[in-house]
Amino acid sequence: MLHNLSVGELAERLNARQISSVELTRHYLARIDRFGATLNALISLTAERALADAAQADLRLARGERGPLLGIPIIHKDIFCTDGVRTSCGSRMLDNFIAPYDATVVTRLKEAGVVMLGKANMDEFAMGSSNETSYYGPVRNPWNTRKVPGGSSGGSAAAAAARLAPLTTGTDTGGSIRQPAALTGITGVKPTYGRVSRYGMIAFASSLDQAGVFARSVADAAPALQAMAGFDARDSTSVDVPVPDYTAGLQKPLKGLKIGILREFFEGLEARNAALIHDALKVYQELGAQTLEVSLPHLPASVPTYYVVAPAECSSNLSRFDGVRYGYRCENPKDLMDLYKRSRGEGFGAEVKRRIMTGTYVLSAGYFDAYYLKAQKVRRLITDDFRAAFTQVDLLIGPTTPTPAFDIGAKIDDPVTMYLNDIYTIGANLAGLPGMSLPCGFVDGLPMGLQLIGPHFSEDRLLCAGHGYQSATDWHTRAPKGYE
Amino acid sequence: MADWEIVIGLEIHAQLATKSKIFSGSATAYGAPPNSQANLVDLAYPGVLPVLNAEAVRMAVKFGLAVGARVAHRSVFARKNYFYPDLPKGYQISQYELPIVAGGTLQIVLDDGAVKTVGITRAHLEEDAGKSLHEGLANASGIDLNRAGTPLLEIVSEPDMRSAKEAVAYMKKVHTLVRYLEICDGNMQEGSFRCDANVSVRPKGREKFGTRAEIKNLNSFRFVEKAIQYEVARQIELIDSGGSVVQETRLYDSDKHETRSMRSKEEANDYRYFPDPDLLPVELDEQFIESVRGTLPELPDQKAARFAKDFGLSPYDAGVLSASRELGAYFEATVAILGAAHAKLAANWVMGEVSSALNRDNLDISASRVSPQELSGLLLRIVDATISGKIAKEVFETMWAQQKPADAIIEASGLKQITDSGAIESVIDAVIAANPKQLADYRSGKDKLFGFFVGQVMKATGGKANPAQLNELLKAKLGS
Repeated sequence: MLHNLSVGELAERLNARQISSVELTRHYLARIDRFGATLNALISLTAERALADAAQADLRLARGERGPLLGIPIIHKDIFCTDGVRTSCGSRMLDNFIAPYDATVVTRLKEAGVVMLGKANMDEFAMGSSNETSYYGPVRNPWNTRKVPGGSSGGSAAAAAARLAPLTTGTDTGGSIRQPAALTGITGVKPTYGRVSRYGMIAFASSLDQAGVFARSVADAAPALQAMAGFDARDSTSVDVPVPDYTAGLQKPLKGLKIGILREFFEGLEARNAALIHDALKVYQELGAQTLEVSLPHLPASVPTYYVVAPAECSSNLSRFDGVRYGYRCENPKDLMDLYKRSRGEGFGAEVKRRIMTGTYVLSAGYFDAYYLKAQKVRRLITDDFRAAFTQVDLLIGPTTPTPAFDIGAKIDDPVTMYLNDIYTIGANLAGLPGMSLPCGFVDGLPMGLQLIGPHFSEDRLLCAGHGYQSATDWHTRAPKGYE
Repeated sequence: MADWEIVIGLEIHAQLATKSKIFSGSATAYGAPPNSQANLVDLAYPGVLPVLNAEAVRMAVKFGLAVGARVAHRSVFARKNYFYPDLPKGYQISQYELPIVAGGTLQIVLDDGAVKTVGITRAHLEEDAGKSLHEGLANASGIDLNRAGTPLLEIVSEPDMRSAKEAVAYMKKVHTLVRYLEICDGNMQEGSFRCDANVSVRPKGREKFGTRAEIKNLNSFRFVEKAIQYEVARQIELIDSGGSVVQETRLYDSDKHETRSMRSKEEANDYRYFPDPDLLPVELDEQFIESVRGTLPELPDQKAARFAKDFGLSPYDAGVLSASRELGAYFEATVAILGAAHAKLAANWVMGEVSSALNRDNLDISASRVSPQELSGLLLRIVDATISGKIAKEVFETMWAQQKPADAIIEASGLKQITDSGAIESVIDAVIAANPKQLADYRSGKDKLFGFFVGQVMKATGGKANPAQLNELLKAKLGS
């Protein structure tokens, strides 16, 4: 079946004109039609436009143009602005918002020839770890529809896991690519902060947000990341570092690679989960890598640090949603204050309001030093810990999440427990490091993720290590029942 | 009043003369139709990001160097958070803890001629907000975001001014400087140059400052003076009557000439400043700073000193003539033709006839209807005694009105001075003959009548008799 072919295999067939992009697009649209309602993975379907774009890709192919993504379908997280298409960010606030421009990520992938099928469901403004905060309702995990797919890029992860598209995009502010990738048994790559432009990606926490990609394998993710990465003059925080050829770099041998086992990630980790990570380490050892234990003493402070920094930035970033120029506006405002209060009060959901209030509080006069400044100092210490670790090892390894997917509704009323789901992923965001989650086995029939973290701009090394693992294992080839 | 000391500090907002906005590519031109110069970044659409305009940074550095300040090797943009419809992002990007310029000075000349140094605490870059429009809209307010994102340099002084006059002198000095540096057009009607004044009073001799009030958005020198005067009187009266000044923001009403409370300290916003994560710190190395220094023009004080030294002008005249780059250039072009020996004559004319004609017609020196070349053509005729100064003024008026060269006008209207002694003598003889009574009175000691005879001769010659010759000849004739 087409949906079980890799991106490389699909590109080969498209390039050989054995299949057309229109055919491929129809195939995936049919799958979305079949599974979309159950999973609630998409907020908007752009079928007509997809078929037109596919026809365009076929024209390019007919003219002799070739490319690893030319004619390949994709689903974008609904956080990326897409010209002429609703871009809701999972919020009532932007339910009526038709973006007037494309995000740089969208533009670059479009230039590479991808065909957008639709926009993926997500936690509201990317705030959540379960995709339950979406205005459009929770996304269901294809491995067990009573379970969450993780968040905030839950729709993108569920869609990729259910084979509704070979590639989906996501964003990762505190684990929002890696955690749902782990919980849905797919590969998720969060690049270095500054590697991919944030222009056109609706901001949650500007110093942490980073766009990335979901795929079923590292080899599939590589060409997508290739297209997305690189300096963008419209994002001052994007970094002008050359982008290596990720696909070409996948085959490098892992012999001699030094992998650090993150001691702090195993404290309190359930034995069955820990065993999966140790199995993965054995695979690496067999591939010739060296493993050694390293400690990042400040890492346990990453969750509280994150929950000061991210809300602080979001409280300011979300001020532009005021009911004045676009987005939700309350009915018949009495005056300006009423317009602000009711538009924001009615347009934002509970988790977004909680974070805006937390962020406003930590930036307030009298609390700024105790919270925001202190968090910045701890962030520096955590970054320094990582830097020190990378003088000893090439990559760090650990679990992506403490547990597999949990029940929908289980944690939504207990924000602190929910926040602890990101305990292993947040460190990489605070330090701006690239991270990746790979499927590494199952607990109670649900997938678990292996997390790799590398130094800044080491995506090539990370992808190579991931590909090496996937060449030696087959966890990434498992499909949820009914979606094979 | 004698018991009180007035303390004033100014925060001047100078709009930087960049072509595009500080964080977006929109144009900054004034007067365009509402919202025609606001792009997605200015409108704060979801997902857009600011990109710093390097030209704005260069201009801020120029200012810093011109006031002898430290230009920061690292400065940081921060967000100032508050809700207002003309502030699309819900925050203003400004600089807070680490401004680009810190610690400069400017010198002002007081009424008694003494020179006073005013400290400049800091100058930082920020973006302007848009404008809310309330007129002509039924039951609604309009928002024009053309100005949103326009680059501003906020120049904050130390509380060094001790009178409204000093505050105005300082503001004028900054105004002159920013135009010299070509970093601001200085147009106050259009809001390109405006200020907030922090005003307090304290009993003379006390060290501790009184509680201050901040008067917002003063956009003319006259308003600054009037608003401060009103505010000082209000504060003194308040304290004298047993009350106390509260820290607050006040608005100046230029129709009623009074200040009114806008909001008190308690109502003030908590702006929740924090470094803007969308922008990197501005890192400037010494080489860049020095390259900007290399582009600095001769500064007003330097020019005034040179005028005084090279042309023997008084400090006052030198100051007036160097008040703008264009005026200084006009004066120097005139002197270049006329010769440095006659610089004082040129100075008097530029500050006198030329300036008043410009004022009368509401023209800029660059739009003067008499060019430096034409002016020196006229002044040369005074120097070579072809015409008197008095006639020259008439000629100047004709030049201004008809835009003809001086010589042509002198020739055509026969205004050429009579320097032929014989001709003057014969007129004198005729005047003396016609006024025997006055002659007798004069000779009997009424010296004042000398002026009468001069007047009569001038009248008879149509003002063209060479005054020096006339004096000499008349004295001789009347004496004999």
